[in-house]
Amino acid sequence: SPPSPGDTSVLAGIYGPAEVKGSKELPDRAALEVLLRPKVGLPGVIERSREQLLRRTCEAVVLGVLHPRTAITLVLQVLSDAGSLLSCCLNAACMGLLDAGLPLSSLFCGVTCALDPNGVIVLDPTTRQEQEARAILTFAIDSAERKVLTATTKGSCSVEEMQQCLAAAQRAADTVFQFYRDSVRRRYSKS
Amino acid sequence: MAAGRGVAAEACVGQVVLPGDVLLLPTQPDEDGERLRLGASAAPRGRLLCGPGLRRCAAGLLVTKCGLLRHRQAGGGAAAGGAYWVDSQQKRYVPVKGDHVIGIVTAKAGDVFKLDVGGSEQASLSYLAFEGATKRNRPNVQVVGDIIYGQFLVANKDMEPEMVCIDSSGRSSGMGLIGQDGFLFKVSLGLIRKLLAPKCEIIQELSQLYPFELVLGMNGRIWVKAKTVQQTLIIVNILEACEYMTAEQRKQALAKLSGN
Repeated sequence: SPPSPGDTSVLAGIYGPAEVKGSKELPDRAALEVLLRPKVGLPGVIERSREQLLRRTCEAVVLGVLHPRTAITLVLQVLSDAGSLLSCCLNAACMGLLDAGLPLSSLFCGVTCALDPNGVIVLDPTTRQEQEARAILTFAIDSAERKVLTATTKGSCSVEEMQQCLAAAQRAADTVFQFYRDSVRRRYSKS
Repeated sequence: MAAGRGVAAEACVGQVVLPGDVLLLPTQPDEDGERLRLGASAAPRGRLLCGPGLRRCAAGLLVTKCGLLRHRQAGGGAAAGGAYWVDSQQKRYVPVKGDHVIGIVTAKAGDVFKLDVGGSEQASLSYLAFEGATKRNRPNVQVVGDIIYGQFLVANKDMEPEMVCIDSSGRSSGMGLIGQDGFLFKVSLGLIRKLLAPKCEIIQELSQLYPFELVLGMNGRIWVKAKTVQQTLIIVNILEACEYMTAEQRKQALAKLSGN
């Protein structure tokens, strides 16, 4: 079903392995760069910090040693934001890397959990749920052993609550990975 | 959480695999280290070829690209254990030794030409690597922007790629400078592999439409030349559309064109 106006959507474009400018060249692996463009306005500090987070997550899975002295550029354009933007960016980045044919050691997905004032865990919260929540946790889970690649928190929560959110996110990751598999199957069934 | 980490490789042949999947290879029946293998009773395991999209890991083979898993049985005689690889679709080319590609001359630096082959680095081509070229008899590649069909002599991740326009016996076998006129365009690598398959219907059907010259580069570049510009452009459009058309749609389009 086509995305409705209330959904979060991000467009991802991957360029690489391509030529790299002299100063950014790494002798033993590929130099990965992430550019995140918000829907309106110029990219600010939040975009820069999210770019670094995405870059470190992607570097953990991309086999950069197979393409030394090259540059891989990942451009993400936010089309609409209705909540859980960071996990949407993570999913878009992973699908982009998968579609481009870059060598990956595993896949990853992003899941956002919101803790509302009563302690109830809400997965993939909307913007309104995010504003009312006591804490918002975003995890990047890898597909090999459901380990955590990245975790970022906004707000405060106890250690037990974080463990519960992590367990819920790991269960939810299965749905996302099944979606990846179905999408790839649909693509290769046409050839 | 994820308990069964590996799936048997034979079970996945012809199915979609994703990066992170581990494929288990069949192990020898008698793994007993004590027993010495005397005689030819135990079949040799042979060398299993790990093709594009796969890497060896502790348990077996790790998939690194998404696509369809393919397997080729071992040829008789030699101890090769067969080959596994992943058929994936991508647009970006990575130089591989032995691939025949179309390169565009971008610069001439001393005794070598610099060619753009669509990869991360430019390839170098010595002016002596043409059939019948000597220091006095230089090839006629003067204009920057000429198109050359050659193969990779050196292509790995650590070194600059080098191309030559002669094969190991010194003959050009179709390689070298591609003539004037014609049309050069880019398609995905999967389409090129489909066109280069042994019995490709697309090229046979097209040749019944108009006579034309065709050069296919493994880097996704195709050069076409037909008698008139209009015929050339028609062939270009059909080849570009072939990627997404089924066989029936293609036959319909060609029937419509040959009827005109």
